[in-house]
Amino acid sequence: MSMLTRRRPEARAQTRAGAPKRPRTRRRSFWIGVAFASPFIIGFLGLFAYPILASGYYSFTDFNLFQSPDWVGLDNYEQMANDDVFWKSLANTLVLAVMGVPLTIAIALGGAHLLNTPIKGQPLYRAFIYLPSIIPVVVGGYLWRWLLNTQYGFVNYFLSWFGITGPSWLQEPDWTKPAIVLVVLWTVGGTMIIYLAALKDVPHELYEAASIDGAGPWRRFLNVSWPTVSPVTLFQVIVCLIAYLQIFTEPYVLAQERLNNISSGPDQSMLTYAMYLYQNAFVYLKMGYASAMAWVLFIVTLIVTLVVLASSKRWVHYGSQ
Amino acid sequence: MALSDTQIMTDARSPRELAANKRRPKVLRRLRQHGLVIALALVFVFPLLVMLSTALKSPQDVFSSPPTLIPTEWTFNNFATAFDQIPVWRYLGNTMLVAGLSVLGTALSCPLVAYALSKVKWAGAKPLFIMVLATMMLPPQVTLIPLFLIWNGVGATNTYLPLVVPAFLGTPFFIFLIRQFLMNVPDDLIEAARLDGASEFRTYATIVLPIARPAIVTAAVFQFVWAWTDFLNPLIYLNDESTYTLSIGLYAFFGENDVAWGPLMAACTMFTIPALIIFLIGQKFFIGGISAGAIK
Repeated sequence: MSMLTRRRPEARAQTRAGAPKRPRTRRRSFWIGVAFASPFIIGFLGLFAYPILASGYYSFTDFNLFQSPDWVGLDNYEQMANDDVFWKSLANTLVLAVMGVPLTIAIALGGAHLLNTPIKGQPLYRAFIYLPSIIPVVVGGYLWRWLLNTQYGFVNYFLSWFGITGPSWLQEPDWTKPAIVLVVLWTVGGTMIIYLAALKDVPHELYEAASIDGAGPWRRFLNVSWPTVSPVTLFQVIVCLIAYLQIFTEPYVLAQERLNNISSGPDQSMLTYAMYLYQNAFVYLKMGYASAMAWVLFIVTLIVTLVVLASSKRWVHYGSQ
Repeated sequence: MALSDTQIMTDARSPRELAANKRRPKVLRRLRQHGLVIALALVFVFPLLVMLSTALKSPQDVFSSPPTLIPTEWTFNNFATAFDQIPVWRYLGNTMLVAGLSVLGTALSCPLVAYALSKVKWAGAKPLFIMVLATMMLPPQVTLIPLFLIWNGVGATNTYLPLVVPAFLGTPFFIFLIRQFLMNVPDDLIEAARLDGASEFRTYATIVLPIARPAIVTAAVFQFVWAWTDFLNPLIYLNDESTYTLSIGLYAFFGENDVAWGPLMAACTMFTIPALIIFLIGQKFFIGGISAGAIK
């Protein structure tokens, strides 16, 4: 601290003697900016820029962690094209996204709509609905395994009330994906609260005008609520899609069979892209192959995001008038 | 879709709707609203009640079919067994250390960077902001392997450095969050301090930090919950059992053939409570922070 205060007057005297006023302050504020931003600049270089370049390089190498990387050109990418498990994991992931994203949006918006009523104790209900989002994912995973247990779990028990014999969620390949989506949907509270905030901004006059024009509740939802929150929906769709493309912990925990055992569910139905990437990197130590997979994931994410953005011109309305 | 006449009618009170409302008794309408909201909240909370009840059940009760929520016999044995099977206190301590240091790192670094992005007039602000946004978009899998190799190379696996150091270097999402907050703070306030001859750091520490406190607390609470619940990073970096956080320590309840559900649920309960406490304390900031960060 004393160093700083002692140096300051000198620095001031130096610049005062020389350059005109504006460039001096500008140059000074440049270094102030650099100083304040320095944690992120270091972090960006060390935790992002270098790793991105390195990962790009590794993706063209054969690299098993113990020997230095061996340049193999496009081999990893070719291998990927012929790797059935790769395609399986990609397909599993896309199926999860296709099931999960619309359900997330529908439930979040429906729930937000329900909560957007002047009701006593609303903050409490809001907190309850958000609660699962702060529960450790691992805890949520184990808990739902227990709830989905065919013999002792509550889910199939509740279904039996309606005369439905519940499936063996985690043993039948066709039911593992709905199970994963169910567990993820349990944490939909965050999305719901964002929608709630958006719905509170919808001007009441819009509903009144629609009612006077004779619009029923469903029409008012379609013509007033939905377009007004559509920019938020766009944001949610993208965030949710990206989250599904990278999904790891939920399927990992739901599929796990024993201690120190990498499981992928019946018929590998729970093996997601990120799980297979993790296996390649840290179980088979195929660092080059896993890096190539990471880049493909990046490109897939980018394409999917751009497609959603392009489609958004048709269904997103900016400005409520 | 859970959409009914009554909900929209309470929002928009046109004369026609008020007339329509009179047709249905008010009490009934309110009852239905409350019923739906309570049902919704219950769906989300019920699994947690099951966790707690399973943790407090005797072994016979745990494996009762059909399942019951209220234990016939309340017992804390599962907690005792959990403590026998895994070093709960050590794992809790490890997790607390990681989460605490991550929060400290976030609180120290992110406001500094956010200040440079919003209130310091310098040429780097815009390019840097684009860098922050770009890093937010990048899938973490892309940097996963090189980062592992770096930390492995410096011998930092089985330490908390890989889990904690990144927080001290600023997390893009939190930088973004605090920057958005600071953008709304009028420049005059900061300008006045600067004109009074306060050094830039002093201006930051005495004027900006106190103003930005709500945003910083939001980031800190988020960071705590993220670090507390993180699974992938401890899984990758911690191989020595003595360094485990709870996320990966819970593994031990998976036997060769079966799962010890009672003790597992007891451990899960203990794992959940600290996050719950932080959530209850920071709830006001937390829930406000999600919507503010996403919309504004």
